[in-house]
Amino acid sequence: MAKNQNIDYEKIAQLESFKQLAKKKNSFLWTLTVIFLAAYMLLPVLTSYTKILHQPVIGDITGVWLYAGALFIMTWSLAHLYVGRANKFDKEAKAIISEYEGSVRK
Amino acid sequence: MSFTAIFFFVAIVGLTLVITWWASRRTSSASDFYTAGGGLTGWQNGLAIAGDYLSAASFLGIAGSIALFGFDGFFFSIGYLVAYLVVLYIVAEPLRNLGKFTLADMITARFNKAKVRGAAALSTITIVLFYMIAQLVGAGALIQLLLGIDYWIAVLLVGVMMTIYVLFGGMTATSWVQIIKAVLLMLGTVIISFLVLAKFDFSIATMFTEMKTATEHGDAYLNPGLRYTNGIDTISMLTALVLGTAGLPHILMRFFTVKDAQTARSSVIWATWIVGLFYILTIFLGFGAAAFVGFDNIVAANPAGNMAAPLLADALGGDILFSFVCAVAFATILAVVAGLVLSGASALSHDIYGQIIKKGKVSEKEQVVAARIGSIAIAIVSIVLALGAQTLNVAFLVSFAFCIAASANLPVIIYTIYWKRFNTTGAVSAILVGLVSCLVLGAIGPNVWSPIEGKAIFVGEPLLMLSNPALITVPLGFLAGWVGSFLAPAEDPAIYREVEVKAQTGISVQDVSH
Repeated sequence: MAKNQNIDYEKIAQLESFKQLAKKKNSFLWTLTVIFLAAYMLLPVLTSYTKILHQPVIGDITGVWLYAGALFIMTWSLAHLYVGRANKFDKEAKAIISEYEGSVRK
Repeated sequence: MSFTAIFFFVAIVGLTLVITWWASRRTSSASDFYTAGGGLTGWQNGLAIAGDYLSAASFLGIAGSIALFGFDGFFFSIGYLVAYLVVLYIVAEPLRNLGKFTLADMITARFNKAKVRGAAALSTITIVLFYMIAQLVGAGALIQLLLGIDYWIAVLLVGVMMTIYVLFGGMTATSWVQIIKAVLLMLGTVIISFLVLAKFDFSIATMFTEMKTATEHGDAYLNPGLRYTNGIDTISMLTALVLGTAGLPHILMRFFTVKDAQTARSSVIWATWIVGLFYILTIFLGFGAAAFVGFDNIVAANPAGNMAAPLLADALGGDILFSFVCAVAFATILAVVAGLVLSGASALSHDIYGQIIKKGKVSEKEQVVAARIGSIAIAIVSIVLALGAQTLNVAFLVSFAFCIAASANLPVIIYTIYWKRFNTTGAVSAILVGLVSCLVLGAIGPNVWSPIEGKAIFVGEPLLMLSNPALITVPLGFLAGWVGSFLAPAEDPAIYREVEVKAQTGISVQDVSH
């Protein structure tokens, strides 16, 4: 931890590349969070105030189960989507750290 | 109790004690005790998260709820799973990049004030106690039923076991108990589900068709509405489920057991798959119990339906499967309560004693001693409370812990990481308002007051008709953090920039060469 005391966080925060990464990361995270929370909260709204999902769709399987199943698939897919994007963000973060280190050496 | 049952129980107790002995030899520093030295791999931590999360409320409670109420029971499974996206997207990586042992560590990375740490520790301990009492009450009732021993002996048995794991083996023993429990639980659930599906000719469509006539509810069994008839109440409960997980202290603590954000990420992926598959299988457990055990038999064994899964195992696989599933349920409870003791102890010993009272001036040795004393204290308090809480509704206590986690912890976590203008006053207000509003609204709600005698703790009209007040308290927590921040002047922006850089790049936990 002692080494960290020497990091000039202010300097990193001022880098154009850092500002861009933070912006990109946050807009990705919050956009998807709003989407998946909306998809999830729509289920109790639909089941409490409408009968749309109460009808059998495939054989005797009613719409609620299919909607719930879709939420499970959404969770797994978005988890993997996140990892894919996060790995890309990691590379950019690494580049920012080396950019900072390069500027410190000078 | 049969010979098979004794065999499985002794095997599980023996195995976990061997692990504890092995772990105790690798537990010497505070970091070993609280975080297993940060040395867990992605799959190990993923399984441990699943083992920490899938409590008796999930295994016994949800299976029972689906058996009795059809789709309404499955709402819990959906909420508990989607919650992992909140953990993964918003909380996991910044938490790993900023924290050390506890949630308070992460918040005080930005606001290094005793009152912020104290407030965070207070909400952690409150959540841990609610959750733990629920687990211990459930465990006591279950073991009482299975082994035919008195409730208080059952609670003491579980209490002593969890204390041994944590006291001697710390996080290493706790993690491995959770990993083994997750594997056993999945194995038991897959076996029962397979047997259920075999009864329906391996056709899910046939299963749904048969379920239309298998219960007294008829068609209605396959649709929501058997249990939750008030829309606002349902929405409020689902809010607590999806937002609470990202504020549960024993789940958050698991992210400090891995070395970096990448491993934190991969452990959530593992957990999401395991937990998701488990929750899908709860449909088979619930439907199977409704069809092959029957409503009357389930309710006769336990009015809340908690015995549905073990009874189903008995109906499909006889004594051997029944004994195995009961032993798995026992392991499930042990793994969850051990994790809870550890997170309660970290708030008590690391935050309150080490950082607030001793102001961080404690030697490594003193920290470990304090951690052990804290574990014993948390264990004793929760055992005593559980002995007096035998009649409380377990599902209510658990959903209430989720409500506090979502209202008191989540707002402050999000603001700390993502909001520049947030300050000390905002942090303290968010935690305290979230916590107090949950307690107050819970105390005037229908779980505490009911006009029908015996349905709740007191007889009388509830002032609030929400069984879970999250729909009000979560916005209140966020609002309090926002208002509190504007009541006090802005703080040094340099500290937020440091937090932002650490959270976004993980620079503080990576090696930086100079």
